[in-house]
Amino acid sequence: MKRLFPILAVTAAILLVYASYRALRIAPTDALQGDVYRIIYYHVPSAWTAFLLFFINFIASVQYLSRAKPSTRVAANWIVIAVGVVGGIAPFVPRVEHLLPPGMLPSSVATTFLLIPVFYFVLGKLFPGERMDMLAVTGAEVGVVFCTIVLVTGPIWARPVWGIWWAPGDIRLTSTLVLWLIYVSYLLLRRFSSSAQTQMLAAALAVFGALDVPLVYLSIWYFRTQHPQPVIGGSGSMDPRMLHTLLLSWTAFLCFAFLLCWSRFRLEILSRQVEEAQALESLVGARASNSPSMPLGRSSR
Amino acid sequence: MNAIKFLIAAYLATWVIHGAYIGTLVSRFSKLRQRMRDLETRK
Repeated sequence: MKRLFPILAVTAAILLVYASYRALRIAPTDALQGDVYRIIYYHVPSAWTAFLLFFINFIASVQYLSRAKPSTRVAANWIVIAVGVVGGIAPFVPRVEHLLPPGMLPSSVATTFLLIPVFYFVLGKLFPGERMDMLAVTGAEVGVVFCTIVLVTGPIWARPVWGIWWAPGDIRLTSTLVLWLIYVSYLLLRRFSSSAQTQMLAAALAVFGALDVPLVYLSIWYFRTQHPQPVIGGSGSMDPRMLHTLLLSWTAFLCFAFLLCWSRFRLEILSRQVEEAQALESLVGARASNSPSMPLGRSSR
Repeated sequence: MNAIKFLIAAYLATWVIHGAYIGTLVSRFSKLRQRMRDLETRK
């Protein structure tokens, strides 16, 4: 696996350079916004990547919580399967289908729901034991980095287009900020709490925090906001060259995010190894300091 | 023309944030490796 890292790093670098070149040179200029719209090629892929990483954090947290008892694990497995099956079928039922916003395809909703059990069981196999918790913290931390980029590039884009840096009360903007705050608090909890229950509490916080992700995503579908309506799958349309550049940019950011997650995961492994070594050393030190008192204790009896 | 400044600022900000994060990862790695080496030498 160590040999694969430089290959992936080079691939990600080439993809990022090519995606940036396409974004700045090949993608056509927007008729309304001019060249400033090109921020979309960094802003939107960063948002999608953050959503995916928070989703991984959610799945890992549910897995971690469900492993507390064998009975909860079995129950969680069946609940996840039920969510996948019901979510995969329900969007095609006419009564449910008419609740979907215009332009949202039932197949895309069904696919999203079917991915929940797929991710749940695949990640469960790939990350046994404590590694699931390591995956959760990795997803949250790298997700926060990408979410920060969304929150920084968004106002920079808004200023020349809307004339304001931030639209107070806009549900998309506010829910994204709340999402960022939830995951920052998750990371702070993990960083500064020394309780034995920290991992469990953080996992519970992550499960509730993940509920904000669909709110952020669906806010522009259900509400009229200052933030533009979706251009992919929604009522808007996009030039094919713009769409290809956007998807290429997302692929490049996904590769880069994978490398960041890999590094962060290895850091977490090393951190726990150091903690274990320190605990062992202090245990050995305590035994060594106690051992001379043993004969005294015996003689006093 | 002024809008180009915002485009450059957004792209730069993205890479500054990524660079800063990679910097923190490298710094944390080196600190942990150093601590691990210290623990091994004490043995």
